[in-house]
Amino acid sequence: MKINDVILQTVTKIVVFIILTMAVYLFVSGHNSPGGGFIGGLVLASALVLLFLAFDTETIMNRIPLDFKMVAAVGAFIAVATGVVSLFFDVPFLSQAYSYFNLPVFGQTGLATVTIFELGVALAVVGVVVTIILSISEDV
Amino acid sequence: MNNILVLPVVIPVLTGIILIFFRSYIRIQRWLSLAAMLSVTGISLYILNMIQNLGVIRLDFGNWQPPFGILFVGDSFSLLLVLTTSLVAAICLIYAFYSLGQKREQMFFYPFVLLMVAGVNGSFLTGDLFNLYVCFEVMLLASYALITLGGTKPQLKESIKYVAINVLSSWFFLVAIAYLYGTVGTLNMAHLSERIAEAGQTPLLTVISILFLLVFGLKAGLLLYFWLPGSYSVPPTVVAALFGALLTKVGIYALFRMFTLLFYHEPSITHTIIGIMAGITLIGGSFGAIAYKDIRQIVSFNVVIAVGFILVGLAVATPAAIEGSIYYLIHDMLVKAALFLIAGSMVALTGTTMIDRMSGLIRHYPVLGWLFFIIMLALAGIPPLSGFMGKILIGQGAVESGAYILLALSLISSIFVLYSLLRIFLNCFWGESTTSEEDVAPLSKGWLIPCALLAVASIGLGFGAEFISPYVADAAATLTNPYIYIDAVLGK
Repeated sequence: MKINDVILQTVTKIVVFIILTMAVYLFVSGHNSPGGGFIGGLVLASALVLLFLAFDTETIMNRIPLDFKMVAAVGAFIAVATGVVSLFFDVPFLSQAYSYFNLPVFGQTGLATVTIFELGVALAVVGVVVTIILSISEDV
Repeated sequence: MNNILVLPVVIPVLTGIILIFFRSYIRIQRWLSLAAMLSVTGISLYILNMIQNLGVIRLDFGNWQPPFGILFVGDSFSLLLVLTTSLVAAICLIYAFYSLGQKREQMFFYPFVLLMVAGVNGSFLTGDLFNLYVCFEVMLLASYALITLGGTKPQLKESIKYVAINVLSSWFFLVAIAYLYGTVGTLNMAHLSERIAEAGQTPLLTVISILFLLVFGLKAGLLLYFWLPGSYSVPPTVVAALFGALLTKVGIYALFRMFTLLFYHEPSITHTIIGIMAGITLIGGSFGAIAYKDIRQIVSFNVVIAVGFILVGLAVATPAAIEGSIYYLIHDMLVKAALFLIAGSMVALTGTTMIDRMSGLIRHYPVLGWLFFIIMLALAGIPPLSGFMGKILIGQGAVESGAYILLALSLISSIFVLYSLLRIFLNCFWGESTTSEEDVAPLSKGWLIPCALLAVASIGLGFGAEFISPYVADAAATLTNPYIYIDAVLGK
């Protein structure tokens, strides 16, 4: 019998975008409300895991040709680098800068360098979660 | 602001992450990791001298003043250990170049070593209790990966025990931190010390201190060393050397910090318990060291004896004994690394771990034999070598405070150390050589050089005791007078 998972795949195609939006929302709202890099990264990784479940690993890896070990490493590098950058500005390690900018669409927006640190955390989480899932599934 | 204080942690972390991108370029991995460790050695030597002029220095991360932010505190004790750690790691890396094999080197061996060293250095430098926990975990996670790397059956078997016992003790650590935070409401070590002094170390705080003693006893192999000989004898030689030299020492460091900075008000309870635990550790380690014929087990039990010996200094807690413990801690890191490397080389050369199956090695490998002999004398504490200063000072402290049982146990344990190693020397290096001239496995220079460097460092530490003593005396002064540390951190 040929297994037909057209419903799962169709729903996945829609739901993945909702999950990704949610992940981005959680990521950027972390400064003033619950959320942040860790949880944003986990939600983003869950979207990827859903894709891996609905389609097979090879299809997804062809479309998203990323080595997730390297994604994790890039994330860790960004996180540590934001701390190290403060060494060059002659302020204590891990210092953060925060300021208001007038952006074209958003108007007056507060931007903090902690967002870059959180970006690193999010990438590291995505990389680690997907690497774990993929390396376990390889053996089966 | 002393940003240089963070470099012993950041350089290994950053190099480790960068090396992940160069997975298949083994040559780049080797040189970058060696360069990172050597630069950390140089930097920590520089900071050590800086502390002599400026006193205890601190770095508040992100400019949050203590006790509100996390911080790194550099005193002579921390920096002496960071210096030794980096030096030992650099020398062990040279051994890894020649012994590890391509398969393991490509599986992120160097990044894991660098991250482990970063965790160890972070534990030595941090001034915050929860940060200490995090640095412990960084070190342990990397060590879990290193102990299983290669995936042979005995490695996997022992790693399950190793991981299980460390997860349990980390959980205890977390619970102890929660109790302490619930009781005094701060996590900064200097602030904790101040508040415990104000509260006068109530029975509740003493109980919490004993929970910490349990946790760090498990990590350091003080009395609770049952997991140690197994897990230290299965990984590849260079990993075992790094473990034997570095990991238990972090637990010992944490015990010293805890019981000289925070919980020093009830020595009749806490320090007596430490003394009893150290005594039993010495006895158990001595029995283990002479009971086995497996060279790796003998060497692992020597780690246990050293842990007991160093903690005798903490139990006695006179300035002389603390100074002796610091000397012995530095000496032990160097010499245990050398001992593990030589024992591993012997196993690799003869293809057996049993000492009664090796014989006459000195005929084919004279340099290795005499290096082992030097290391053996250093461990036993023969005067010109590095073990002597520590032993004499701990002995002096024990006499001053009348702890004669501990004194006797620690001196007798030295005889057991000497006997257990002399047994290896007589069985393996002396005697008729059983291998014929054609079958002799060649000993590469890359194996000898690290052992020789460590032996030279040990001899240097012995002869240069006069040169090192100002640093050690300063470290002991900070440990015995906690207010120096508190003033430097909470800076009035």
